[in-house]
Amino acid sequence: MVIRIRDKADLWTLLMPPTVWALHFLFCYLVAAVHCAKKGGINLAEPSSGASFAPLAEVRPLVAIGTAVALALIVVSAWQAWRHWGAGTEDPPHDAATPEDRQHFLGLATLLLSGLSFASVIFIALPAFLITDCR
Amino acid sequence: MHREFCRRGAWLLPLALAACDGPQSALDPAGHEAEAVSQLFWWMAGASLVLWVLVVGLSFYASRRREQPWPARRAARLILVCGALLPTLLLAALLVFGLRLMPVLRAPGDGLRVEVEGQQFWWRVRYVLPDGRRFETANEVRLPVGSRTEFLLTAQDVIHSFWIPSLGGKMDMIPGTTNRLVLEPTQTGRFRGACAEFCGASHALMAMSVEVMEPEAFTAWVEREAGAAAASTDEGAALFLARGCGACHTVRGTAAAGRVGPDLTHLGARPTIAAGILPNSPENIDRFIRETQAIKPAARMPSFGMLPPAESAAIATWLGSLR
Repeated sequence: MVIRIRDKADLWTLLMPPTVWALHFLFCYLVAAVHCAKKGGINLAEPSSGASFAPLAEVRPLVAIGTAVALALIVVSAWQAWRHWGAGTEDPPHDAATPEDRQHFLGLATLLLSGLSFASVIFIALPAFLITDCR
Repeated sequence: MHREFCRRGAWLLPLALAACDGPQSALDPAGHEAEAVSQLFWWMAGASLVLWVLVVGLSFYASRRREQPWPARRAARLILVCGALLPTLLLAALLVFGLRLMPVLRAPGDGLRVEVEGQQFWWRVRYVLPDGRRFETANEVRLPVGSRTEFLLTAQDVIHSFWIPSLGGKMDMIPGTTNRLVLEPTQTGRFRGACAEFCGASHALMAMSVEVMEPEAFTAWVEREAGAAAASTDEGAALFLARGCGACHTVRGTAAAGRVGPDLTHLGARPTIAAGILPNSPENIDRFIRETQAIKPAARMPSFGMLPPAESAAIATWLGSLR
């Protein structure tokens, strides 16, 4: 994975944004699942009030930090891809069999994937802030 | 040709609109959740229509009205804005709207609890009152208007799904699992619920009658329903026990205490029989006893066509009198 900024685009830089998206999804899912399982429960023997659901307020800071980190990584990745693409100096399609065109193609594809991953990470984080409890 | 088509279409329009109301329509809401869902549906349908007109209009404009190419920069900007930014914002707005709706719809119930168990092809319904009393009925749900009733849903054999479209969304009934659903009816009236998950040969014949009542009327119904039936000791009652019906069916107040089939204690007071399939009348009860497998294929109850007609008629009359 990209630990440092790379001068050249390759498959690893291309995979960076969707990988961050997937890891963020896994992180949110695990945090919510563990919290809801430990802090709430359903007692079906009691009428109506038998269900007790943990509020989600406690997981919000964790999800917020995870989301901020994920968005930051995606922005770094997008900025890097913007440079690999050539900052929009040339228009697609970058389909010539030359190293330059390959760089431009990978850069543009990574940039578009970054946009998709950015929106998706926000969509995944939203429920934690709009749903009140684990119900 | 075109005009002819329009004239026929005009005839069809009121028919199409008439299909929107009725006792089993999510587009004619009578409950808090159904109102929210139908509101969301109309907003989305309206917005989709606007977008469709826009897209078709643009393609018409591009292909018929203006045949010169656009500058590449402007076209790229159009694709970026209308193809990526706008859909993302619209989806985000819909997501926020839907997520904000959920805590409201999932608020806890007001105290009344109804446990419904789906079986091939009927519903076992158990009321648990706020004071802890319980009673059982089948294929009929009655609810007080204006208060939130909690449903605990499960299934005995295969996956079913509990759906009263006029009152709210559907919820699966899964063997070994209990799902929660809270419904808040806002209008009194008679509605129809249905199984919304294919569950076998008679899946389409698995329905239930739903009645939303004023709170006082509901309390009166509960008091009557919780008690035993005013069981007469006539010929039908004796035959019901003698022919073994009590091995599967319960009629409280008699020796019949079977747990396999639906509780028939107040059968005469239900609007329908056979899980919402036939109007409740002694003739239909008689027919169901004799031709069970023709009316409801693959039901666990065999047809009792071997009973002498006079006997099944006497049993049907007695069952119809259990109010």
